[in-house]
Amino acid sequence: MAIINTNEKPGVPAPPGMRRAAKHMGRFNQWDTPWLNNKLLLGAGIISLILLLGLLGRLFWNTELALTASSPLNLPPVGLVNSRGQVGTWEHPLGTENSGRDMLALIIVGAPNSFLVGVIAASVGMSVGIILGFSAGFIGGRVDDVIRLLSDVTVTIPALMVLIVIQSLLKQVDLTTMALLIAAFAWPSPTRLIRAQVLSMRESGYVQMAKLSGSSTFSIMFREIMPNLLPYLFASFIGNATGAILTAVGLETLGLGPQRIPTLGGTIYYAISSAALLRNMWWWWGLPTLLLALMFIGLLLINLGFDEIANPRLRRSSQS
Amino acid sequence: MGGITLKYFLRRLAIFFLTIWIAATVIWIIPRAAPGDPISAMVNRMVRSAGYVENSDIIIEGWKERFGLNDPLPVQYLRYMSNLIRLDFGYSLAYFPTTVSEIIGMALPWTLGLLLIAVTITFVLGNFLGALMVWRGTPRLIRYLIPVGMLFTSVPSILAAIFLLYIFAFLLNWFPMNGAYDIGLKPGLNAKFIVSVIQHGTLPALSIVLVSFGYWALGMRGMMITVEGEDYMQLARAKGLHPFYVLYRYMVRNAILPQITAFAITLGTLVSGQILVEYIFAYQGMGTIIYNAITTQDFPVIQGTSFILIVMTALAVFIIDLIYPLIDPRISYERS
Repeated sequence: MAIINTNEKPGVPAPPGMRRAAKHMGRFNQWDTPWLNNKLLLGAGIISLILLLGLLGRLFWNTELALTASSPLNLPPVGLVNSRGQVGTWEHPLGTENSGRDMLALIIVGAPNSFLVGVIAASVGMSVGIILGFSAGFIGGRVDDVIRLLSDVTVTIPALMVLIVIQSLLKQVDLTTMALLIAAFAWPSPTRLIRAQVLSMRESGYVQMAKLSGSSTFSIMFREIMPNLLPYLFASFIGNATGAILTAVGLETLGLGPQRIPTLGGTIYYAISSAALLRNMWWWWGLPTLLLALMFIGLLLINLGFDEIANPRLRRSSQS
Repeated sequence: MGGITLKYFLRRLAIFFLTIWIAATVIWIIPRAAPGDPISAMVNRMVRSAGYVENSDIIIEGWKERFGLNDPLPVQYLRYMSNLIRLDFGYSLAYFPTTVSEIIGMALPWTLGLLLIAVTITFVLGNFLGALMVWRGTPRLIRYLIPVGMLFTSVPSILAAIFLLYIFAFLLNWFPMNGAYDIGLKPGLNAKFIVSVIQHGTLPALSIVLVSFGYWALGMRGMMITVEGEDYMQLARAKGLHPFYVLYRYMVRNAILPQITAFAITLGTLVSGQILVEYIFAYQGMGTIIYNAITTQDFPVIQGTSFILIVMTALAVFIIDLIYPLIDPRISYERS
């Protein structure tokens, strides 16, 4: 805002864009908060819809239909006809697949599983990142060197490649194990982010002030610096969750995901390995693919929203 | 002044080797920390599928002895590492007399070729569009269209690959459905083969480009906005320089450099994405090999291909890190 002040010399009219900005700034009311961001709201809307489908769906739809041989085979979605002339019915509104699983039930059970992997991996990665980032930024010296080196190293390893080898050896993996393995590669980006922010904030006035007034390092970290980091942390969390879901979907579509519970990626794997594409059973591979695509679009929108909250420069230029 | 100091070079070199070492060690440790060993698991699978295998205990013991699984762990680890250094991954179990290195040798050129083309298109297109989003001379229509198109770029390349395969290869039949060239063609430098390679490569490359150009466009947009606010931009405009000249010499040149660092960081994701795309299109690259190896439980091949891809990624990042200070005169790494 300092830039605006220096420009507004008496007698010189401010350029129209700035006058608009000033007017905008004067309109203070409780709704004028950066957190009510269009992109953020739209993204959150998409994600909550998918989550609601997964959570409420359990109440209204029999999830046991996600088990093998619980339904007729290869039925198309309702109102459509498959290559063998069978007509879809309301009993299986989204059709069924090759081994007699109901697609709707598969989606209801599978969609929250993807989120679960994302949330677990991102939370673990984030916690490690917060601890390491603050240590690197605050302690500095040797600790900083080691943490920086480790994060520089880990960030360049293609996680999927390492996980392919590990999971093909482990065979049966459950959702949590997979999420934790993914988390092992999810900590460098929050670590770097927090370290950089802490380094720049450490020198800022309010932290110096807190230090002078005798606050402990711990209280400076969590009461002074943490609140300012929140938008960055949220953005980083969403970014990490997206990355984790991406890796999980990759493993699942290669047939290396959890085998005992339905996942969206696992459904795509079965569809592709049973040549669903060539058999024109588009509902089999198409529904999980579409749902995942929507999920990623929602996460991107949330991330863009947080970016705009954290970086007002982006916000202003997207309005003009 | 730019330029590489010895210290910077040594640090990058250390990171390069550390990356490979840590990846290799993680791959080695985690399966061993889990209960069971690969040989027993394999024989158990044989027992399960065949109902009964004669002398399975003796088979397990014999193979364990042969693969050195009874040796102390440090000895096993050292042997594993020395094999990796010599790029000796042993024999493929599914195609027995063929070595893993031979299989990789056949697949790697296809993967590298596809990756290089896709990445070049993505990087140029993404940065170009990102720059256009901020530049004042961009027509309104393009400015509004780009963000809409970019929404789809959050979709993973594997999902895009499935949709593209269905629409353009299955429904419309414009492109072939699988492989890197027509079966029956002999690889060679003739027009027919090259056309076939391009036809087969279009959809895989497109699925990578479609989903990743937005990342670059977004990054470029952010950098361009920062540059836009600089004082020298005011001066350039006040001097009456041609808008294209300002766009190229003042904005793009300054904004593109951090994009190169971002490139190094995302390379791992990019390689992973490409592997999955290759598997969807049954392209003759590393991805298809990995998928086939997973279905045939061909563990040496899985290990070899993954390891080579990790090394290649680390090598590419190493090279980018070395080139970067040379092209960005503003940064000198003398202290770090």
